Order: sequence, then structure tokens, then C-alpha cells
Amino acid sequence: MELRVTNLACARGGLTVLEGVSFTLRPGHALVLRGPNGIGKTTALRTLCGLQPALAGEVSVPPESMAYAAHADGLKATLTVTENLAFWAAVYGTDLVEDALQRMNLDALRDRMAANLSAGQKRRLGLARLLVTGRPIWVLDEPTVSLDAASVALFAGVIRAHLAAGGMALIATHIDLGLDEAEILDLGPFKARSPRDGGPASAFDEAFT
Amino acid sequence: MIALLIRDLRLAMRAGGGFGLGLAFFLLVAVLVPLGVGPEGSTLAKIAPGILWVGALLACLLSLDRIFALDFEDGSLDLLATAPMPLEGVVAVKAFAHWLVTGLPLTLVAPVLGLLLNLPGAGYGWLVASLALGTPALSVIGAFGAALTVGLKRGGLLLSLLVLPLYVPTLIFGAEVVKRGAEGQAVSTPLLLLAGITAGAAALLPFASAAAIRVNLR
Repeated sequence: MELRVTNLACARGGLTVLEGVSFTLRPGHALVLRGPNGIGKTTALRTLCGLQPALAGEVSVPPESMAYAAHADGLKATLTVTENLAFWAAVYGTDLVEDALQRMNLDALRDRMAANLSAGQKRRLGLARLLVTGRPIWVLDEPTVSLDAASVALFAGVIRAHLAAGGMALIATHIDLGLDEAEILDLGPFKARSPRDGGPASAFDEAFT
Repeated sequence: MIALLIRDLRLAMRAGGGFGLGLAFFLLVAVLVPLGVGPEGSTLAKIAPGILWVGALLACLLSLDRIFALDFEDGSLDLLATAPMPLEGVVAVKAFAHWLVTGLPLTLVAPVLGLLLNLPGAGYGWLVASLALGTPALSVIGAFGAALTVGLKRGGLLLSLLVLPLYVPTLIFGAEVVKRGAEGQAVSTPLLLLAGITAGAAALLPFASAAAIRVNLR
């Protein structure tokens, strides 16, 4: 199975931000999305995950194969680290909680309320959720925000292991994760054209010029 | 699905979860009304069905905005929408969890408050029956309102304005069951209508709510 995206166009707030996005991602590979703020990295990722409809284009893989990690971690402050993870493991029908705790270095924090975690620890817990989904394509939106250098390296190792096991990763990030397997896709050329340049009538927004 | 139910119940029980808020509110309403109206037994007995139903309805309303807003704020709603369960199921489970945390306790304590309001003896059974049949509709309709307003800042007030008119049929037939029951009249017509509203709401509204959430997540 490979992820093939053809001529994807997507909109944010009713305005087209990206059009003609095409790429292919093969198992064992990662694709890093680059581009300035506002270019539509998050919008593209949410569209691929099925959270919003695409305006045009085709995605060869259904959203059911993707595990999405957004800016927000989706943690419940009054549940413990283990309870937070166990909930998602139950939702996805896996029993990988222990494995995820070990691999994201959360074992020592397992019985602590999520409210009492530091920002970086919360992020690690949010990312540990990816491990319990068991889904092949990880869709990561700025995964390294608030992680220290050691944690970034730890998470890069986790991604590398996921890729080595035949998984895929689609990452929007400004930081170099040090992944040799990763290709880089600059979204700049796919910015939606303004109507004057032949783009769709709804595409233009002065914020993106 | 069951995991989601357990999570929601657990969150409601933990600190700041809001369990008991609706119950305490219901209790206060039922205590305040006799203080305002006066202790005359016959007056209280006459208004008891209406007061108890209005109190239960407002108590339900208190915690509605928590159904989806908290999950929206911390990002779990996005993650639930991409999880391998239908969003309609998520809505139904969360509405059921809301009922278990508010509607069910309200139903169980209502007879005690009926005593405070001098409800005639024949009405107690019907009070519990009507609340048990009617409060699920309050949770399901409320979840629909919460789904409509989920992306809005300060959506709570708008939610109340949207939901209260939709509560009217449940209130009318629920209070009617108790009133007729207390007076010893036949209750089957309002009771069936009440059950019909609940069944219809529970069958249809999860789909509407899920559609509203999908739009709000875009």
C-alpha cells in the first residue's frame, strides 16, 4: 500500500489555500511538509485525515489508515497518563499501552494526572497515542513543539522504528528531525492562485499573497 | 464505545467533572420554591409537578455545554472524529453518559423533592416514570444543541436559547403525566407521547448532531 495524493485542493475558512498538491509516499518513507506559516500545512493534513472535505483531487488511501496528531494533544487533565493512553488503546482495539509508555519514556509518570505533567511531558504522552493506534500512516502536525532536544531525538527514533516496520509518516515541521528516510515537499509552489491568475473565484485572500 | 462511556463517566466523577452540580441545583430549586410560594399545602401540591419538571429540565441544561466543548478545546474531538468509530455513535454514547450523570440521579431523588413540595401520594410513581422516560430526551436534544454550538466561544448561553424551546414538548407531556397521575386520572396518552418524543429524539438526533460536529470541525 502506498499513499498517492493527486491534485489535492483544500480550503481553510472557505478560501482555497492549496491546489494541485501531488505526491507519493511509499511504505518505510516519510514526507516532511515545509512552507511558511499560513501556506496550509495543517489544512492539508486535516483534509487527508478526513476532518474536512477536499475541494478536488484524489487520495489513494482512506482516512481510516491514518493516525492524526494535531497541535492539541487531546489529553484529559483529570485522568492519569495510563488512563489517557488506555482509553485510546481501547478505542483502537489494541493492547500496546505498556509498549507505548516504555518507548516514549513515560513509564515513571504512569500514575500521574495529566494535569501535573510539564508541557513537554504532555506532548510525549500525546505522541504516545500514535503508538497505540496501530495505524500505518502517521500524520503529524508540528510534533516537536515544546519537546527538548533529547525528546526530539527519542521521538525521531520512534518514527524511524515505525518506518522500519513498514509504516509511513507525513510530518509538517520546521525542525529537522534528522530522518534520513524523509523526503521534503515544499508546499510553496502549490499555493492557490488568485482569480486574476486563473485560480478559482473563491481562492483569493490577501493574507496569502 | 464502552471505553468512551467509561471515560466520560470517570471524567464526570473526578474533580471539576460536574457530577452532582445538576443534582444540587435541582435540590435548591425544590427547596426555594416553597420558600417563595409559601407553605400552604394545597397550592404546593398543585404546582409540584410543574416545578419538579422545570427544575429537572434546568438542571439538565446546566451541564450540556460540557458534552462536546471540553473535548473540542483539548483536541480530543478531532481525534475522536478520526478514530475507528462512527461519530453518530460517539454522540449517542456521550449523550447517554450525560443522562447517567444528570438525568438518572435527578429521577432517583425526585420523589424526595416531591415530598418537600407536598406532591399527592398517587403522583410519586408517575413522577419517577415520567422523568425516567423524559430525561433521556433532554440529554439527546441537549447533545444536539451542544453539537451545533461546539466551535463557538461562550456558546453556553446560545445553547440554552436553542435548546429550551426544543424541550417544550417533553416538559408539557412530562408534567402532564405527573399532574394526571397525582389526580388519579388516566396517564397513558401523555406517557405514550413522552415516550414517543424520547424514542424519536434518540433515533434521529445523533445523526443530526454528528453532521453538525463535522461541519464545526472543518
